[in-house]
Amino acid sequence: MRFFKIFISIALISFSISCTENDNQQNSTSDNYDRSALLTNVVDNIIIPAHQRFQEELTLLTENLSEFNSNRDIETLENLQLQFVETYKYWQHIEMFNIGYAEEIYYASKMNIYPTNVSRIVDNINGESFDLDNNPNQYSAQGFPALDYLLFGLGENNFEILDIYLDNQNDNPTLNYLSLLVAKMQANTTDVINYWTNNRQEFINSSGNSASSSLNMLANDFVYYYEKGFRANKIGIPAGVWSGLLPQNVEAFYKKDISKILAKEALTACTKFFNGTHFNGQFSGDGFYDYLAYLDDTNYSNSSMFIGLNDDIVSSFSNAEEKINLLDDNFINQIESNNMQMLEAYDAIQYGVVRLKTNMLSILGISVDYYDADGD
Amino acid sequence: MIIYKKFIEYFNEEVSPYSLSLYRIGFGVLVMFSLLRFWLKGNIATLYIDPTFHFSYYGFSWVKPLGIYTYLLFAVCLISAFLVIIGFKYRYAIVVLFLSFTYIELMDKTTYLNHYYLVSCISFLMIFLPCSSYFSFDSKQNIKVPKWTVDSLKFMIIIVYLYAGLAKINSDWLIHAQPLKIWLRAKYMIPLIGETLLQQNFSYYLFSWGGMIYDCLIPFLLLNKKTRNFAFFMVIAFHIMTRVLFPPIGMFPYIMIFSCIIFFDSNLHKKVLDRIKNLFRLKIKDVEKFKSINNNSIRKRSIIPILTLFFIFQIIFPLRSNFYKGELFWTEQGYRFSWRVMLVEKAGFTTFKIIDNKNNKFHIVDNMEFLTPFQEKQMSFQPDMILEYAHYLGDTYKKRGFDNVSVYAESYVTLNGRPSMRFIDPKVDLYKLKNDFKHKKWIIPINDDIKSLL
Repeated sequence: MRFFKIFISIALISFSISCTENDNQQNSTSDNYDRSALLTNVVDNIIIPAHQRFQEELTLLTENLSEFNSNRDIETLENLQLQFVETYKYWQHIEMFNIGYAEEIYYASKMNIYPTNVSRIVDNINGESFDLDNNPNQYSAQGFPALDYLLFGLGENNFEILDIYLDNQNDNPTLNYLSLLVAKMQANTTDVINYWTNNRQEFINSSGNSASSSLNMLANDFVYYYEKGFRANKIGIPAGVWSGLLPQNVEAFYKKDISKILAKEALTACTKFFNGTHFNGQFSGDGFYDYLAYLDDTNYSNSSMFIGLNDDIVSSFSNAEEKINLLDDNFINQIESNNMQMLEAYDAIQYGVVRLKTNMLSILGISVDYYDADGD
Repeated sequence: MIIYKKFIEYFNEEVSPYSLSLYRIGFGVLVMFSLLRFWLKGNIATLYIDPTFHFSYYGFSWVKPLGIYTYLLFAVCLISAFLVIIGFKYRYAIVVLFLSFTYIELMDKTTYLNHYYLVSCISFLMIFLPCSSYFSFDSKQNIKVPKWTVDSLKFMIIIVYLYAGLAKINSDWLIHAQPLKIWLRAKYMIPLIGETLLQQNFSYYLFSWGGMIYDCLIPFLLLNKKTRNFAFFMVIAFHIMTRVLFPPIGMFPYIMIFSCIIFFDSNLHKKVLDRIKNLFRLKIKDVEKFKSINNNSIRKRSIIPILTLFFIFQIIFPLRSNFYKGELFWTEQGYRFSWRVMLVEKAGFTTFKIIDNKNNKFHIVDNMEFLTPFQEKQMSFQPDMILEYAHYLGDTYKKRGFDNVSVYAESYVTLNGRPSMRFIDPKVDLYKLKNDFKHKKWIIPINDDIKSLL
């Protein structure tokens, strides 16, 4: 009965081997690509510094707000508005990292769902009870789009806006709500940063290739952000790619003339992330650009359309940038005067989306965990 | 005349029933285990109950999941597998097993897997084989079984291996070592070989060529008595390797390893049965000598023509792709049900634009509204699914008030690491097309030449 025993034991051994592949394999140095170097670079030189910088900007915003609170005039209002724009710009560098605690608390949704829900904001200001943390319907009544409305949308000009805040100075409900929102953004951001600093090592160590490994989460989140957060939200939806023009859906609808600045900032963030460029400065460490260079297959280089996938993706970023540069700072004006250019920018971005979603994810061999597939 | 005589002689040859009985038990256990695993992983809900839309096979659009009763269907299949194992009312049980299992497979094209098709084929074959004439509740008289019944199972396995092997003789597999290069390189987390062997270029060629040679030769090595032990060792090694390298292929390696046991001598099968008997303390009497079969019943004689037709179908059907124009891996016309296993790494990005021609408005569909992520992934690179889904979308938007509807696809696909290129002609109104077996002219041809034998 040796035969029978051998069969059973080999089956069991193989089964246990295949079960031991876990997510947290330590990455040893060897002749192949060093994925932990990529993760280390992304976490230490991009994610954490970008979050820290964003937090500094938020702190400045809080300071400007308390200045405005104690001394309400046009100057303090304008300072507050300026700092809002600065902070919003730095937000563009971290929205794509919807990972871990950020994902758990719907950080990105609480920070930047637009268009904002004005009637809900008005209800909240007027004393309706509300739960900003746990009620998904309240996500669109907070974060940057809500601030955009409260700082730029309450009147035709800053005098009219200031008037709202001058009412009942000691207990102005609009200012109370604004302060609450900024405090929430601060608190959430602090928690997210704590997550990153506390889980840094664990995140870097998880360099396996299951759906829950860091590398795959980063790749998936990046592609998702480029497709949805960047392409669709900032350009596609307002330009009517899906169904009719929706100029009211531009980012920073009330400030109006910064939609392009924010879009460009987001594209810069995507490019830097892909290349592994440090958040502070121009130094490039390991990024997906390098990993793809390692993985990219040159077998088909005789094919006429072949260029390296990594270079192809980078050039799609710069093509998109060129097209965005042609746009008006104010996307509402752009949509109304010449929407064709918006659509051209969309197409340029779309090229990158296709490359990322098909070629990059395919070549990374990201495992699909939810179902058996024998590859046909 | 001599050939005819030999023919008759062959069909009159009889063997002891150990092999078929063992096969019956093992097959039932594997099917039962497969179904249980599927059930426990929650796949019934995620694949058959949660999705709002299901992709059907041509002519089988009436086969749909049964809502909450899908569980009942799986239960029926499980029970029939159990009855097959114990050999109680075997014929009824195997017919129910075949029908319920095949029904499950036909419910949604998204989940197509070659080894599920294999289970359907084998269970169909087993309907006609006297698998319960021994070691079962059904067995009353201890009679032998025709030799050809055992051989028919071997033949089925040989067909699978040979077609799988011949399909690997193509330029992507042998010259570019694709898609194994993409897949193996991503397996860096496998202990010992992941970071070393699997990162070497020669490994991809070794695995590709090795796999092709293995598939093509293994049937002959199994048939030959001298090489059989070695061949079976290879079978185990090969399939265990695929299990380790590609965990998602699930039960397939076990089904193949087990099925190859049929090639061995029936004495070995007897020993395994004895072992099972002792293990479960079954009260089954040893049989010294099996009686000869009374071979004259009409029912038994009609089986041979049925199975002959079945095998003619098995031989011809996988070759149907040759009647289509275009690159098979790209268009997938005639790709399924032909034992083309693990030949392509494909990924696609496909979105749909619905146009109301009367009111001149349009809408771009968010696939997430209608499809699960798995369905969207599979649909994105398979033309027949794209067309079926386009029709569903057209119908849906008609109900939503769209008039004079057109549906256009924006589709890009990458095949075996090639840069992605446009897949579906964006100017073709998919809603005006019929889903049929004709050549799909609306697929943009791939700008590369893949040479292949089949």
